[in-house]
Formats: sequence, structure tokens, C-alpha cells
Amino acid sequence: MKEHDNTQQLQQQVEQAIASKTPLNICGGNSKSFYGRPASGEELEVSTHSGVVNYEPTELVITARAGTPLAEIEQVLANDNQMLGFEPPRFGESATIGGTIACNLSGPRRAFSGSARDFVLGSTILNGKAEVLHFGGEVMKNVAGYDVSRLMCGAMGTLGVLLEVSIKVLPRPETELTLVHELGVNESLHKVHQLARQSLPISATCFDDNNLYIRLSGTDGAVKAARKLVGGEELQGNEQYWQQLKEQQLSYFDNVASIWRLSLVSNAPVLDLKGKTLYEWNGAQRWYVGADKEDSIREQVAQLGGHAVCFRHCDVHQQVFHPLDSGLLKLHRQLKQAFDPNSIFNQGRMYPEI
Amino acid sequence: MNLNKQDIIKALQGLLPVESVLHESEDLRPYECDGLSAYRHVPMVVALPDKIEQVQQILKFCYQHEIPVVARGAGTGLSGGALPHEQGVLLSLAKFKHILEVDADARVARVQPGVRNLAISEAVSSLGLYYAPDPSSQIACTIGGNVAENSGGVHCLKYGLTVHNIQQLKIVTIEGELLTIGNSGLDSAGYDLLALMTGSEGMLGVIVEVTVKLLPKPERAQVILAAFDDVVKAGVAVGDIISAGIIPAGLEMMDKLAIKAAEDFVHAGYPVDAEAILLCELDGTNAEVSEHVLQVRQILTNSGAIEVRTAKDEQERMTFWKGRKAAFPAVGRISPDYYCMDGTIPRKRLPEVLQKMADLSKEYDLPVANVFHAGDGNLHPLILYDANKPGELERTEEFGGKILELCVEVGGTITGEHGVGMEKINQMCVQFDSQELTQFHAVKHAFDGKGLLNPGKAVPTLHRCAEFGAMHVHHGELAFPDLERF
Repeated sequence: MKEHDNTQQLQQQVEQAIASKTPLNICGGNSKSFYGRPASGEELEVSTHSGVVNYEPTELVITARAGTPLAEIEQVLANDNQMLGFEPPRFGESATIGGTIACNLSGPRRAFSGSARDFVLGSTILNGKAEVLHFGGEVMKNVAGYDVSRLMCGAMGTLGVLLEVSIKVLPRPETELTLVHELGVNESLHKVHQLARQSLPISATCFDDNNLYIRLSGTDGAVKAARKLVGGEELQGNEQYWQQLKEQQLSYFDNVASIWRLSLVSNAPVLDLKGKTLYEWNGAQRWYVGADKEDSIREQVAQLGGHAVCFRHCDVHQQVFHPLDSGLLKLHRQLKQAFDPNSIFNQGRMYPEI
Repeated sequence: MNLNKQDIIKALQGLLPVESVLHESEDLRPYECDGLSAYRHVPMVVALPDKIEQVQQILKFCYQHEIPVVARGAGTGLSGGALPHEQGVLLSLAKFKHILEVDADARVARVQPGVRNLAISEAVSSLGLYYAPDPSSQIACTIGGNVAENSGGVHCLKYGLTVHNIQQLKIVTIEGELLTIGNSGLDSAGYDLLALMTGSEGMLGVIVEVTVKLLPKPERAQVILAAFDDVVKAGVAVGDIISAGIIPAGLEMMDKLAIKAAEDFVHAGYPVDAEAILLCELDGTNAEVSEHVLQVRQILTNSGAIEVRTAKDEQERMTFWKGRKAAFPAVGRISPDYYCMDGTIPRKRLPEVLQKMADLSKEYDLPVANVFHAGDGNLHPLILYDANKPGELERTEEFGGKILELCVEVGGTITGEHGVGMEKINQMCVQFDSQELTQFHAVKHAFDGKGLLNPGKAVPTLHRCAEFGAMHVHHGELAFPDLERF
């Protein structure tokens, strides 16, 4: 495993980019280049800046350089029977922890234990003045200064280069199993919401093609007791199912048309969209493939207070992320200015204006 | 600012009912401090709006005339974050006290900022739900203040802080614009402004509505009390529990002085001879709690606990907690005054931090009682002093500052949950270097270009740091090399 502190070199590259007014395209494992608006600028290679800097299982925290492969981090944690609580997708073996945090990508467990951003405790970044800055730390509770570490999550590298992140980790559950119910979509949404109001060790739900999948995780006794209450058939190949869902390898995702990610209040009604929808996170994350166009999708989602992202196979000329209203866009511009006054980093990767 | 006090009062009276603008000395006095009463400033005027449009108009007016604004909830904060500005408007959100909507299926509640923390859990209790963050002031503190401070409580290790338990905010900017931050779903488009607003101490905007996440009440909660003859052993036991793959709902430690004070006060049945006690609360499903209780009892015994007790019923569970929850007032009974600190440390550094605190206690000749959110490393040393003795408050503050600096030195932070406010503004110069502080100021500038919201709090100016003289030596370099020394 490569272990290398490349801070100085990265800092020099950013200094040079500022001096020569050269925009940079921050690149880790290149596993998520499909996500977001097209990248431009000179590549700033971060994957060589790698290695686990500190791991304290009894303190539930790991600190790693941004270029550290996600696979390596998950292996290190698994050795101590721990895991990343947000179950991030990799979308490729080269995925790095920095890219995962920059995209704020979370997997099936998200609705039950939190998102990537929820687990971030601290970060070291290079801002657009080529300064190395530390925010947050390795402790669970830390309210000194603005929460810049979490602001970096999902900013797609537009505010700075992530150099190091500290992440809270969780113990692996003793047992996991998945129960399947053959149900329609409305019955499934109703059932998951009924269950969500009870103290149960549910760690994932998915509705796909008239099947509702419910994963239970916890102690043997807790899972056994919950299994009776939740009912349904036990799924063989439990781990494989959620792995394929997370990595978008299920047949649902086997598609060349645009795949939309809809983020909504979980009990939002079934939308009036022609095509197929897959429901995760009790209904709070929905994937859509079908004939409806961007305007219709965005309008319906926005009416319910949600937002829509064109996740894969998007027309390069369309908006990928949901448009911001003018007040928010102004704040985004000003924050971009605050962190990256020369507009060096990932310009246009998220929105054309930042 | 080009208006005098009378002009400002008159203008505010044009925006609000007359009784919602306080300006007489006796009416202003109750607002002169928050929970940190060592700092007091009488505000120029207090505005008590009850509509979002009024907040917008007040802020527009203040923006136009460059009048400082300090937002205030219940005023229970412990760091002087709501300390008024003598030349400014104190904007009280106390009248925004309605729960607007509860959606049991989506498990969210939309509430006004002046709703008390505990009132949310009470309102949704019949639905089998509750709001998880429980700062010890939860009976009085408001959700708006909780968001501004990113409040914690005793259940943070398992359930997170305020930032993990809110979904959407409505804020009014200093320019009077109403913005929705966050989303009806679990994430939103653009930057994570929800995280940035949470814990921003009233520096970036005024919170006028909060959507909180609700959780199902655990089927069962059980608490175990363990006594130790050595605080270090208690600290090791905490790590052992977590290593076993158990995340307790609460994991609290008290040292001898705190145990004795609490026991004398509420008679919780604590072993007063012990050097430390641990309270370990386990919650979840009935089956899970049963399994974990057995495991934790075994771990505690193996870690050298001299006594391990499991609360035999709900009443005894409440009694065990009563001592811990009464620890602060209990300490208040044995000392004329106490000063509560709020550092967080990596737990493995606990032995040396306790030793250094004991040394400092001798040096400053001031006793310290320790109450510790052991699960998440959040330390609350209570320094016992007498404000009537000349110089003792100053000595206490200096001692407190040293404790916070010690927390930073071992890789922790100066504040785990109380916020920086006015109180720890100097210690910010120890935790952050000039470039980091400059970045914070740039964030502030992005929201509040004129610097009118809660000025002088949370993030120190570089000059203040130079005057404070905190020589933050980072990698052998002196901070603020470009500033003149005084």
C-alpha cells in the first residue's frame, strides 16, 4: 500500500496555478468523473497523496490522506471489526476517500445511520490561496469555528483541495439479514414508514420491481426478534444484493438513458413519471429512468421541497444539479470567492457560476 | 451608524407593536447576559418580533444603518454568545414559540426557533417519537439557540449533535432576505450550508424556522453504574466497551469531588469512596439491551471496577441519572461560584490531562471537580472559586484558559458543545493559526459583509490574538509573524 505525504508538492502546484491563472481539475481515483458537470482545467493529481495517518478503534476515528483508496480504508477498519457508517459506493476500485467526501456519496445505510458528511469530524484542506488549513479534528464534539469540514462535503472540490479527512467509524453489526416482501409501491412505502416509527434495527430498505427489501443489522438477539416482527422471506445472498445496489450493478441500473437521483421527503407520494423508479432510504432517495424530461422531473420534485440530480448518462449541455434560487446562488458565489478567490478549483464542475 | 438611540427606537416602533420594543433601563436589564453571567452588557434596545416579515424588516433597517444585531433565544448559552452589544439591537426570538407541523411518517417536526428543546420531545411523545439532542438545559433552551451553538448533550456518541438531527432551516440574512437552507429530503442541492449555519453562533444569519428529525423512542433503556478506585482505570474501561462493538447511548464519568457533591445533594446512592464512577446507558430493542448489559457488566469487571450495579428498575435508573444531572448545581452548593469549562480531548490522553489539571489546580490554589462525557471525550471541569474574593475570578479565568490550551495541545478542542462566544475568543488564537482565522473571517464576510451580526464573537481578529499573545507555535513557526507585538 502506498503511503506518501505529497502536501508540499500539491501546495506548489496550486501556487503555480494561481501565478499562471491556470484552472485546476482535482483528480483522485477518477472513479466519479461521470458525476457532475464535465471537468476542465489542468489535472491536479491527488491519488499519490495517500496513507492512513491515524486510526484509533477505541476512539472510533480514522484519519487518512485524501488519495487513500476507499478499499484500503475499509480493509483497515474491517481488521478491527469496524466500518464506515455511511456505506459509501465506490463506483470503481480506484475510488479514494477524498473523492467520496468531495461528492458526499452515501449508500443504503444512509437513512438509518447518517451520510458521509455526518461522519466527517475534521479536514485539512488547501484553499485557493495555496494555504494549508486545518478544521475540526479527531474528536466527536467540536464546535470551535465554523464547520468548514462539513462544508467541503459535496462541494465537488470547488472550494479547495481535500488533503486529509478524519472520519467517525462504527462497529460492524454482529449479524445482518434481509427480508423480502412482494408488495406494490404504495404498500411498501406505507410499510417502511410504519416500521420507521418503531425501535427496530433496520439498516436499509429498497423497493424495486414489486419487491420490498428490508435489511436488519445488530446483535443476534435483536435481529432475531425484529425478524419476527418485520416478517417476509429471508433473502439469500444478502450482502451481494446491497453491494450491487450500492454500486449500481443491479439490472435496474443497466441502462444507457439518463439515470436521475431524486431526493425527497421520504413519504412523498409516487411521482407522475413515465418509466421505472427504484426507492431507497424509506423513499427519501429515488432513482428514476424513463421518458420524462428534465423540466417535468425538476418541477415535480421541487414542488415537494426536494431536488433532482442527473446522476448518469446526462446530456452535457443540461444542468446536472438542481438549479439554486437567486439568494442561495449569491451565497454560493460569495463562498466560492471566500475559499477560492482566483477560481482555480474545479470551475463549473458543480454549477457554471462556481 | 448614523442614527441615535431615539431614532432607532422610533424606527423599530414603526416595524413592531410598541410593547415589542424594549428600551427602558429596567426592561433591558434582564437581557444583559446569557448563561455566562460573568459578562454583562446592557443592549441599546430589545426587539421582540413574532413574524418572519418583522425580522426581515428589522434586519433590513439595521443593515441600512449599520447597526449591530445580536440574536437571542432563551439566553441559556454558557459562552456569552448572546451577550448584547451596547450600541446594538438585541433581537429576541422568544415569541416564535409554535410547533408548526409534525409529520410522524417522515419523522420530522417543523418548529419556530423559540420552541424549547424539551417541548419538541413532549409534543411528539404520544407518537412514540422524540428529538435526540438533549443539552442539560433542555427544559429551557430553545431550538434556535441549539442550532446556533450546535448543542450536544449526554447522548451524542450514539445520536450525534444538533447538526445530525436537523433537516432544514429558514434563515434571514443581514440584508433581510429569507432563505431556505436544506431540503425536505435528506440532502440538498449545492453547498452544505446547513452544516455551516449549525454552530455558527449567530454570526451568519438569523434562524427563523427549524425542521428537526425525530427518532422512535427506544424500546428499552438500561443504566449501569460502575465504581473505580482509579480514574485511569475508568477511562480504559470506556475504551474497552467501545472496542467490544458497543455504542452506549450515554457514557458519563464523574470524579471524586463531583461524586461527593452530587451524593450530598440528591442521595443517588453513589459510592462516595470511589475515585471515579461511570454511568453507562444502553438503549435499543429489548433483546439488544439484554445482550449488551451482560457484556458491559463483564467488561467493567474485567477493567477493574470495584463495584458494578445495574439499575433494577426505571426508578433506580432515574436515580442514577439524577446525581449526574444534578452535578453542576451540586457543585454550586459546595462553592460560592464555579466556572464550567468545555474542552474535548482524545480519550486516550485522559490520564495526562487529569494529572496536568491536578497540577494546575495546585498552582492556582483552586479545586476542580470533573464531569466528563466520557464516550465522546467532552470534559467539563468545574473550577470552584469565590467571586467575592478579589482577584479570584481573574485567576479562575486564567486557570480555565490553561485547561483549554491543554486540550488543544493533546489534539482536542477548546469547546465541545458550549461554543466560543465571548468566553473562549482568546483561546481560538491557540487552536487556529492566522490563515485559518482569516478563512473564517472570509466565510463571515460571504454572509455578512458589514460585520453586523453578533460582532466580536466566535472568531477573534488577528489583532486581538496578537494582543492576547497566544504564541501559537506551529511547526516551529510563530503565528502572526506579520503583526507587530505589543
